[in-house]
Amino acid sequence: MSDNIRIINDATCTFCGCVCDDMHLTVDLDAHKITKAENACVLGRAWFKEHGIDEKRPFALIEGREASTEEAIEASAQILANARFPLIYGLSDTTCEAQRQAVAIADMIGANLDTTTSVCHGPSGMAFEGVGESTATLGEIRNRADLLVFWGGNPAESHPRLFTRYTVTAKGMYVPNGRKDRTVVLVDVRRSPSAAVADIFVQVKPQRDFEVLWALRALVKGKRVDPNIEQVTGVPLATLEDLAQRMKNCRFGALLFGMGLTMTRGRHFNSGALLALATDLNEYTHFVAKPVRGHGNVTGADNVVSWQTGFPFGVNLGRGYPRFNPGEFTSADLLGRGEADAALIIAADPGANFSHAAIEHLKRIPVIVLDPKLTHTGKLARVAITTATYGISVPGTVYRMDDVAISLRTALPSPYPSDEEVLTRIKERVRELLGGNRVPAMGAA
Amino acid sequence: MPETMTLIGGRSSRQGTSLCAGKFEAEYIEVSSTVEMNAEDMARLGLKDGDPVRLRSASGEVSVRCKGRTTKDLPPGLLFIAYGPLSSRLMASDTAGSGMPISKHIEVTVEPVSG
Repeated sequence: MSDNIRIINDATCTFCGCVCDDMHLTVDLDAHKITKAENACVLGRAWFKEHGIDEKRPFALIEGREASTEEAIEASAQILANARFPLIYGLSDTTCEAQRQAVAIADMIGANLDTTTSVCHGPSGMAFEGVGESTATLGEIRNRADLLVFWGGNPAESHPRLFTRYTVTAKGMYVPNGRKDRTVVLVDVRRSPSAAVADIFVQVKPQRDFEVLWALRALVKGKRVDPNIEQVTGVPLATLEDLAQRMKNCRFGALLFGMGLTMTRGRHFNSGALLALATDLNEYTHFVAKPVRGHGNVTGADNVVSWQTGFPFGVNLGRGYPRFNPGEFTSADLLGRGEADAALIIAADPGANFSHAAIEHLKRIPVIVLDPKLTHTGKLARVAITTATYGISVPGTVYRMDDVAISLRTALPSPYPSDEEVLTRIKERVRELLGGNRVPAMGAA
Repeated sequence: MPETMTLIGGRSSRQGTSLCAGKFEAEYIEVSSTVEMNAEDMARLGLKDGDPVRLRSASGEVSVRCKGRTTKDLPPGLLFIAYGPLSSRLMASDTAGSGMPISKHIEVTVEPVSG
């Protein structure tokens, strides 16, 4: 370690949706590395350790050839200005300021705009629109919840500090003894490492979450449920009756749900059933439900896209006004059907995470990628631009999974531009090429 | 004889930490190409930890290494794999109008890879 050390207090980790803002970082400015991340979980420690400045990365690649950022911005603007059906996708690992610029480009060129939410809690977003959300901040849950029900998720491995900072072991104003004051339930199809913290583990047969949730709704309302529910769901009726009573009798309950609900049969109906259960329980006590979000600013993407277009993801601006239609304008579908004639991907890796049919289509069209690291999408892209890492080298705003906005504090200067800077310059150049918006505003001649 | 099982994709601690180091590094490749399987299912198929198996879905097929888990942790007939390019290769692009492909309940056939 060199003598050129800097300590950054209260920095923010953007690895997952917990967005913990109590990191104390030790930065070796000569080695361009973060050598210690106090308070970080195992994922946060890896995040900070592995995001030092790698000056060996080219500023950009155009068709595999090294290029300057300026050349890559010009090539990107030409692709987007000439596309008939461009897709803009990703955005969950960048700042709200960069997200705004991406929406502005989408508006200008009449693009299809989608975020990684569509393959995360997109179905929950659809359920919010249909059912509503009984919500709370993580601070309220930390300070008040005496019953925690984790459903279809494994926070011990995906969001470790959700347990220690906000829920299970955290001491709060009305739960001063922390873990001792809370009952913890885990519902899942397998006994994941999260089961170790649970007082009650409820093992559900795969694809039977909806039936369990609907049975709980009936029991909460005092309706009879057929004991045959155990054959259908794998959960004995007595277990469900006990859980329903605990939910009704707690002082403040929280349902924290994961993608075990959204990525299986039923999808938005599963999330909707859970949200409806939370609403039902408010007849008896205070109960809230929160989706546990994956990426550091995926919640920010929902917010920015919502406040600028009126919809959270899967938005098409091709007619000059926003249309929302999951299944039609969501990227997994759109690319899987071989649609879109160009793609701008920001801080996401559909080249690794999408279906084979979707990836094959990405290989056929000009793809522009902004990412600090080399990804599978970067390898297939026509233009790959290296950008600085948000929260480490780029300041800005992100949203925690409970929609609380948090400001980022930087630790390491980077020679690479931010996503916001690159997107702003692409936007300005596209505007020059098009002479304004491609699609006239409604009512314009 | 190949057997039909249900594959669940998900996150794991090592998948998360190795992801930060890079998707083309050895650890991430190893983590995302290992499937966890019920130990009794493995014994019936003549498999031991580290053996290669072929998983085939309606959308594609991949070869991965298997690792045994007890029935208490992973019921018979269920498989778990950390998200990555291989889990995606088995996923269909249809979303039933939701935007979300089924990635936590993929029907696959499991077959030991000989040699």
